[in-house]
Amino acid sequence: MPKRTDIKSVMVIGSGPIVIGQAAEFDYSGTQACRVLREEGIRVILVNSNPATIMTDPEMADATYIEPIATPILEKIIAKERPDALLPTLGGQTALNAAMALGEAGILKKYGVELIGASLDAIDRGEDRELFKKVVDQAGAESARSDIAHSIEEVDRIAERFGFPLVVRPSFTMGGLGSGIAHDEEELHRIAGAGIHYSPTDEVLIEEGIEGWKEFELELMRDRNDNVVVVCPIENVDPVGVHTGDSITVAPCFTLTDREYQKLRDIGIAIIRGVGVDTGGCNIQFAVHPQTGRIIVIEMNPRVSRSSALASKATGFPIAKIATKLALGYTLDEIRNDITQSTPASFEPTIDYVVTKVPRFAFEKFPGADPTLTTSMKSVGEAMALGGNFQESLGKAMRSIDKRHMAFSWDGEKPDQAEVDELLKAIHIPTEHRYLQIQRAMWGGATPQQIFDATKIDPWFIEQLRQINDTALEVKAAETLTPRLLKKAKLAGLSDLQIAHLRHLGDEGENTVRELRWSYGLRPVYKTVDTCAAEFDAVTPYYYSCYADESELRPREREAVIILGSGPNRIGQGIEFDYTCVHAVQELGKDYDTIMVNCNPETVSTDYDMSDRLYFEPLTFEDVLEIYEAEKKMGPVKGVIVQLGGQTPLSLAARLKAAGVPILGTTPESIDLAENRELFGEVLSREHMNAPRYGTALSLEEARQAAHNIGYPVLVRPSYVLGGRGMEIVYDDAQLTKYVNRALDEAKADTVVSGRLPSPLLIDKFLQDAIEIDVDALFDGEELYIGGIMEHIEEAGVHSGDAACTLPPCTLSDDQIRRLREGTYAIAKGCGVKGLINVQYAFMANTLYVIEANPRASRTVPFASKATGVPLAKAAARIMAGETIADQRANGLLLPKGDGGIIRPGQQVAVKESVLPFKRFRTPVGKTVDILLGPEMRSTGEVMGFDRDFPHAFAKSQLAAYDGGLPTKGNVFISVNDADKKQLPLMAVRLVELGFTIWATEGTASVLSRYGIESKIVDKISTRVDSDPEAPVQIQHARGSVGKNVVELIEDGKIDMILNTPNSRGSRSDGYSIRAAAIAADLPQFTTMTEFSAVLLAIEAVRNNDYQIMSIQEHSKQLFELESREF
Amino acid sequence: MNLSFSPEDAVLVLEDGQVYVGEPYGALGKTTGEIVFATGMTGYQETLTDPSYDRQIVVQTFPHIGDTGVNHEDPESKRIWVAGYVVREPSPVVSNWRADGSLDDDLKREGIVGISRIDTRKLVRHLRSAGVMRAGVFSGDELSDGKGGVKSVDELLDVVKATPQMQGLSLYDEVSTKEAYTVEPCGDFEGKKPLFTVAAIDLGIKGMTPHRMAERGCRVHVLPSTTTFEQIEALNPDGVFFSNGPGDPGEADAIVALLRQVLDAGHPFFGICFGNQILGRALGFGTYKLKFGHRGINQPVMDLTTGKVEVTAHNHGFAVDAPKGEPVAAPYENGKYGRVRVSHVDLNDDVVEGLQCLDIPAFSVQYHPEAAAGPHDAAYLFDRFVDLMKSSKEGK
Repeated sequence: MPKRTDIKSVMVIGSGPIVIGQAAEFDYSGTQACRVLREEGIRVILVNSNPATIMTDPEMADATYIEPIATPILEKIIAKERPDALLPTLGGQTALNAAMALGEAGILKKYGVELIGASLDAIDRGEDRELFKKVVDQAGAESARSDIAHSIEEVDRIAERFGFPLVVRPSFTMGGLGSGIAHDEEELHRIAGAGIHYSPTDEVLIEEGIEGWKEFELELMRDRNDNVVVVCPIENVDPVGVHTGDSITVAPCFTLTDREYQKLRDIGIAIIRGVGVDTGGCNIQFAVHPQTGRIIVIEMNPRVSRSSALASKATGFPIAKIATKLALGYTLDEIRNDITQSTPASFEPTIDYVVTKVPRFAFEKFPGADPTLTTSMKSVGEAMALGGNFQESLGKAMRSIDKRHMAFSWDGEKPDQAEVDELLKAIHIPTEHRYLQIQRAMWGGATPQQIFDATKIDPWFIEQLRQINDTALEVKAAETLTPRLLKKAKLAGLSDLQIAHLRHLGDEGENTVRELRWSYGLRPVYKTVDTCAAEFDAVTPYYYSCYADESELRPREREAVIILGSGPNRIGQGIEFDYTCVHAVQELGKDYDTIMVNCNPETVSTDYDMSDRLYFEPLTFEDVLEIYEAEKKMGPVKGVIVQLGGQTPLSLAARLKAAGVPILGTTPESIDLAENRELFGEVLSREHMNAPRYGTALSLEEARQAAHNIGYPVLVRPSYVLGGRGMEIVYDDAQLTKYVNRALDEAKADTVVSGRLPSPLLIDKFLQDAIEIDVDALFDGEELYIGGIMEHIEEAGVHSGDAACTLPPCTLSDDQIRRLREGTYAIAKGCGVKGLINVQYAFMANTLYVIEANPRASRTVPFASKATGVPLAKAAARIMAGETIADQRANGLLLPKGDGGIIRPGQQVAVKESVLPFKRFRTPVGKTVDILLGPEMRSTGEVMGFDRDFPHAFAKSQLAAYDGGLPTKGNVFISVNDADKKQLPLMAVRLVELGFTIWATEGTASVLSRYGIESKIVDKISTRVDSDPEAPVQIQHARGSVGKNVVELIEDGKIDMILNTPNSRGSRSDGYSIRAAAIAADLPQFTTMTEFSAVLLAIEAVRNNDYQIMSIQEHSKQLFELESREF
Repeated sequence: MNLSFSPEDAVLVLEDGQVYVGEPYGALGKTTGEIVFATGMTGYQETLTDPSYDRQIVVQTFPHIGDTGVNHEDPESKRIWVAGYVVREPSPVVSNWRADGSLDDDLKREGIVGISRIDTRKLVRHLRSAGVMRAGVFSGDELSDGKGGVKSVDELLDVVKATPQMQGLSLYDEVSTKEAYTVEPCGDFEGKKPLFTVAAIDLGIKGMTPHRMAERGCRVHVLPSTTTFEQIEALNPDGVFFSNGPGDPGEADAIVALLRQVLDAGHPFFGICFGNQILGRALGFGTYKLKFGHRGINQPVMDLTTGKVEVTAHNHGFAVDAPKGEPVAAPYENGKYGRVRVSHVDLNDDVVEGLQCLDIPAFSVQYHPEAAAGPHDAAYLFDRFVDLMKSSKEGK
């Protein structure tokens, strides 16, 4: 069946901001979809609110709208573009929900837009629990016994019938949000209560507990001719109870026989047919009883998912690309297998290696959050590795995680029996540390049976862990490292670094091991991912390393550039860096063979057809050096690019250079100039620039000394997180004493010697009431090109990654912009930057301070590129390869004159807003962790609001970041600190004029009443500090109060918006319960006055006018017109 | 390549001189045969017990073998048939609720000589480009020179080269049952009167094949390869089936002659694998040896009658040489059997995977609809056979 000819234009919806459970994998799938559609000559209309994506690059679609994925906006776009069809299955749950909403609102019908990829009915059958259960039943399979509840009373009645444990699953949420396992009534009420709230249909499923069962997933594809293939089975090493996104998973299955596997396959096929996924992919999860083999179907996603990204990268079968072709009417047998070029896509990949995925968590960012892994996903990223066997792939995946203390270690003393007993107890509860605890317990002598009893992890995997432990101990004990033993260690997945530690080889140990290994001729070989276990020749150069005999690398003719990616997504280092790497690949590919190295399956950079060669490898010194050495033998290598993938590759620069690897662009010495505080201080003083003063302290006395030298207020933070206590803004000696004493208390477990901390506290001058600015720029050694100047909407003190910002800057004067330009030039020149640089500044009382400089691609490069219509990373890649900015102006990558620092009248305004994951994290007693933004970055993603002026752009950014956006009427709760009370009256008046009712705490209300502004008085809650969840809640009844406190009002649904600025002189955990309740209720809340004034403008803008939509292609055209008008 | 080896090692020697040194797996000793690779990620127990692998050394591309141990339900015959076994990583433990033993023990008990921990991917890539060939695995006393040293590669190579070539080898008598036995209807038809009686000639039959027919209400008489036409007739069958099996179909004249008698008698006929090649020959087509064969459970086959694609289990080194496209007159005796068409093709390489006679009630497939191991997509073919018997019976 050939392609349908009646579809000429297709609208694709992306997945919006990166959030937990919906990450960069949808940039990968959306990008593949757009590429396929364009190849097929179809006009592509793309909507995604996330600017940090390849899919929103202008060349990916005919009309790209970086706009909120909200029904009213989508309708405007549909009305303007009139697409023939809508493809909603490649943008995660967000796109699927958006399509459902458009369908229900009758908009698809009104404009005659056909849904392709999945029908509304099929989506319903896949997602609605009751309908899905019927499908499972008809497929001759079993679901867990379950029932639907819409209220706590219904929940209780079900619990009586099934008994505990019970699993709670809200309907229509993504990444298992709000799911959990309840072992008793109290847990049940808590989880089900929250679940009913999260579900857009106020519906939860209560089902029998199947914790500890084996868990499997199948990725299936079906075409309109009813051909079905299973792309890949995935086995979860963690049994049922841990969300698959938080589990270590492997591909394919290891512990099922063919009969058992085929049963899953038969059921899977019957379900994809029953649900009616006519064209495209789906993911089905199964639980298998470890003693009886009873199979229970857990759930299905009628769309491309995170697991399909994993399956695609694991096998080389591009699910998203093929799903798109199927949606256009092709059948599987009509689509060629890219990798072999000779065989069709209507087959099932078979692999001859082992794939392991390990999740990456960020609990350290959320002090107080319960670290237990549950059925609700909490990881922020993942790394995947391929190896010749399980142990090799596990070892590679664990070191790909790139987080300290997250790989197996045999440092220190062998655990004694007491520790083993404790570890065996600890591993009952799954946490991110469980595998390390298992390994330590085994080192201390725990048996596989004991590990199994505690974890229910399949004995096969436990045996593999035991073997790794045994091999490590053999390495530790051996008199000499013989070639045989060293090879055994490599096959067990041990890195040179781990081996060096095992043999106590000291700081240079990794080099010693490598030299020994090389002297034995023991080098990794590179095998091809070919979908077919070598049955057919593969033309696609997609490689992984393993220790075996034959390498499959082919010689090259062109000079190569190696680009190091950013590894697993994490807070602070996410999709933005994949974006910049992909740009380098795209641009340098014109003149060089590009070689991409990365280990994150959720990315565009790891698509085998982006670069000339793809190495799916850990980003460690050992692995990167081996790739360089292997590639050098295949042809000329110009060098390695380390400055586009964030901190991970940057941190390898110096060692790679020392090992003889040419580093392109900014040199490691220059990187050090910018990163080393003292060296950077010298650069600044040479250029007569100011930096906030700083100091370090190990004791209270030193801290006081430092604070006095610097002058209060100061920002205090541990050099690593102590007991979950992060940064704090400290205003006086008393607060400082409290902070240091608490740090000493919490550090007791570590070694506090005579009142001195084990590691220093960092103390910086806190710039109060300052405006913070981010500048991204390019520098070629002579010329500076400002990529963008971004003014933060919140005042300084909020991490730049969490702050909302605007481009062009809205309040800066021409003189201030000139000073920023001169400062950036001086720093770039002073540090010797070649390529990208990001500088963070603050203006306080019109004095310019340099906060920090990063000689690399920053998080804001994609945003700045989209907002200014210039591909900064592409130009940067060329500059790193030795070209000049003048060359880039000439070749059209950069503007022929001027740059992104120039404000052109009439230019669109772009606002970046951050998206925070607080909803995901709960304290052990089930409360939301504190939302207050501070100097520690906690956002997972970003959106861009784009419109003709700042208020409209800001309003859009809020609509994109938060469901429903800003309210235009209703009740506003206000509680501001004393310092902010001066600024409040004018804002309050405006609120009243706009028709809002103000509700305030007594103190705030009193100030307002003196200005003649009416407000309703709300009872105050004395602060509940999260570290003491059992502390009683004290309510102070205020005079004239409405008789309720704000938390009650929020829970009653009385409040529509919150302005709650923290009391700066008290602990920053004040106001916690208010913020927690607001998150739980999804209310917009603002914690700074500057941001709230932006909110007011935005609300006015939305009320008075309406949003305007403009594609970025139109925007770019407009920019060029504005540019030429200046001539 | 590490060419030095010690008496503790196992050594795989290919007829073209390639040598792989690994660890012994299964029994110690010597084995020779045609070396072939199988790409299934599951189903090693079914593979090992598939009689079609007689006299072949099987290389598993999947890196971990033996994880789920062995059980008494999954074997496709009563013994392991492979001549030798080549794997990357044997499992140190058995983990599956149905397991009742370890694969390693089974291999040892049945004297299957194997080798592990070699670069199996390198080996497969070599076989893919050079084609399958003869090989030998040597370990223990067969590797040792008896004086503390090891035999030379040349010495081992001579042993390999003395092994007969697969082409030209007739093996079905070697694997066929010596005694006839009956498989009674099962599943929904358990204990019921059989709907149909099938005479199944065992040329290396897998246990799942009669089971699939029994599930559909058939009583299946599994008969030795030496069965005569008269013995078949004596059973008064509703249909006749020829199974899969090892060896060169070009060397099966007696079986081809038997099938022609069956066709002449107008019995509904279904053939699988070797049975497909026999039908091809009976109709007058030739057979040929594939470079490296199809051995896997992920092969896309298109049913040309419906245009649908099925993912199928394959194990064949030979194929039928018949014209694809429009039906043609079967060449044998000037179209004595009427028109025939190629009903199925492998989409990977266009190899003929099925034949359908249009004027007589006979059809066959080259692949394995009984699966075991493999996907069940092609199970409908057993329904087709039942339908064929039904309409033939009703027509009578």
